[in-house]
Amino acid sequence: MRNSLYKKNIISINDLKRDELELVLKKSAILKKKSAPDLLKNKIIASCFFEASTRTRLSFETAIYRLGASIIGFSDGNNISLSKKGETLADTISVISSYVDAIIIRHPQEGSARLAAEFSNNVPIFNAGDGSNQHPTQTLLDLFTIQETQNRLNNLNIAMVGDLKYGRTVHSLTQALAKYKKNKFFFISPDVLTMPNYINNMLLERGISYRRCQHIEEVISEIDILYMTRVQKERLESTEYANAKSKFILSTKSLKNARSNLKILHPLPRIDEIDHDVDYTPYAWYFKQAANGIYARQAILSLVLIENHF
Amino acid sequence: MQINKLQVEAIKCGSVIDHIPSQIGFKLLSLFRFTETEKRITIGLNLPSKKLGKKDIIKIENTFLSGDQINQLAIYSPCATVNYIDEYNLVGKIFPTLPRKIDRILICPNGNCISHNNCINSSFIFIKKPNNNMNLKCKYCEKEFSKNIVLS
Ligand SMILES: [Zn+2]
Repeated sequence: MRNSLYKKNIISINDLKRDELELVLKKSAILKKKSAPDLLKNKIIASCFFEASTRTRLSFETAIYRLGASIIGFSDGNNISLSKKGETLADTISVISSYVDAIIIRHPQEGSARLAAEFSNNVPIFNAGDGSNQHPTQTLLDLFTIQETQNRLNNLNIAMVGDLKYGRTVHSLTQALAKYKKNKFFFISPDVLTMPNYINNMLLERGISYRRCQHIEEVISEIDILYMTRVQKERLESTEYANAKSKFILSTKSLKNARSNLKILHPLPRIDEIDHDVDYTPYAWYFKQAANGIYARQAILSLVLIENHF
Repeated sequence: MQINKLQVEAIKCGSVIDHIPSQIGFKLLSLFRFTETEKRITIGLNLPSKKLGKKDIIKIENTFLSGDQINQLAIYSPCATVNYIDEYNLVGKIFPTLPRKIDRILICPNGNCISHNNCINSSFIFIKKPNNNMNLKCKYCEKEFSKNIVLS
């Protein structure tokens, strides 16, 4: 299989074609079975976190160590001399690109990863989250987990619950799953946090069916994947929040009619939208999903940095 | 052939942007940074026009606008024409067509977009929507906006 991801920037899930997604999933599965600590030996990777995101950073850094590469970088943009001295992102990236083989960037502003790629002198950029825009490796690990648990990425019924308006993970995952045939979506959210129109329109344009629903119980018997997200308190008025809390919290009771193959996913951190009792059901898969992040990130790093390894 | 000699003084050599809807002329001057040149510029505002009722006109001496610049005019004044003048003669007449992308001149409405930082040029592509609407999509933040939101 030709590796078209070699030397590519990984900025937006929309930049990846379907066969490229498949390449990453295949590689993730291989790396999950057999670790490859020499794969990136002698490579140096910069981990540039201009805003703190401990989970994502540790996941990337673990992936890097597991491949045998070394890391330089920083974990909080506010505390580095670069930003205190007022250097532009473009200059920072230009300098760091002369030190390393790849750059992982997390930044609070949308478009920062795309910008970084313009100043990185062909050193590949990995977007680890740019504001509310993209977080492509999260989507890759979501896809990998869905494929692993359902043995397919088409012909699935997927419910997405919570903050669908601002939740970048649900936007990207919907965009990615829309590349596959016969998937059906159920969107369950407070009225003020519904899926944005550009996503709904994209689904309509591709003839993909979606339905807005009020309760998880309404659809539980039809779905293969239940993707939960957090509703942030700040996004709702207090009465709305109280109401939303009761409606969009997953308890074991809501799982009564679930299909046996149902898996519950969540990008984490969870606050209170999934009762802890649910953790002990066979449907709970969010911690395994988080663990898969390491393999998905190992896969994408090695595919971008090495041309031939199949 | 001489053009508009009576309305705004003719130029010897350069570009004349004609048939700009009135009120838009000034906007074009600043958006396209025409005023940043040392070149002599004459403008006419609210001139009578058969086509538009009222129109603006901009003449820039010793400057020939690039094809890209001309096409970018199309988003603000779709019926503008650009005339190239040499030795007071009309040597070329160009009708802008909507470009596929538009760099530098627009500002992204997303306040948290990195394109607002210094030394970055904005960049949008046009996305055709059903019922003939046009959206503009920011290359950086990947957000899509209706044309009117970006242009206002
Ligand atoms: Zn933008």
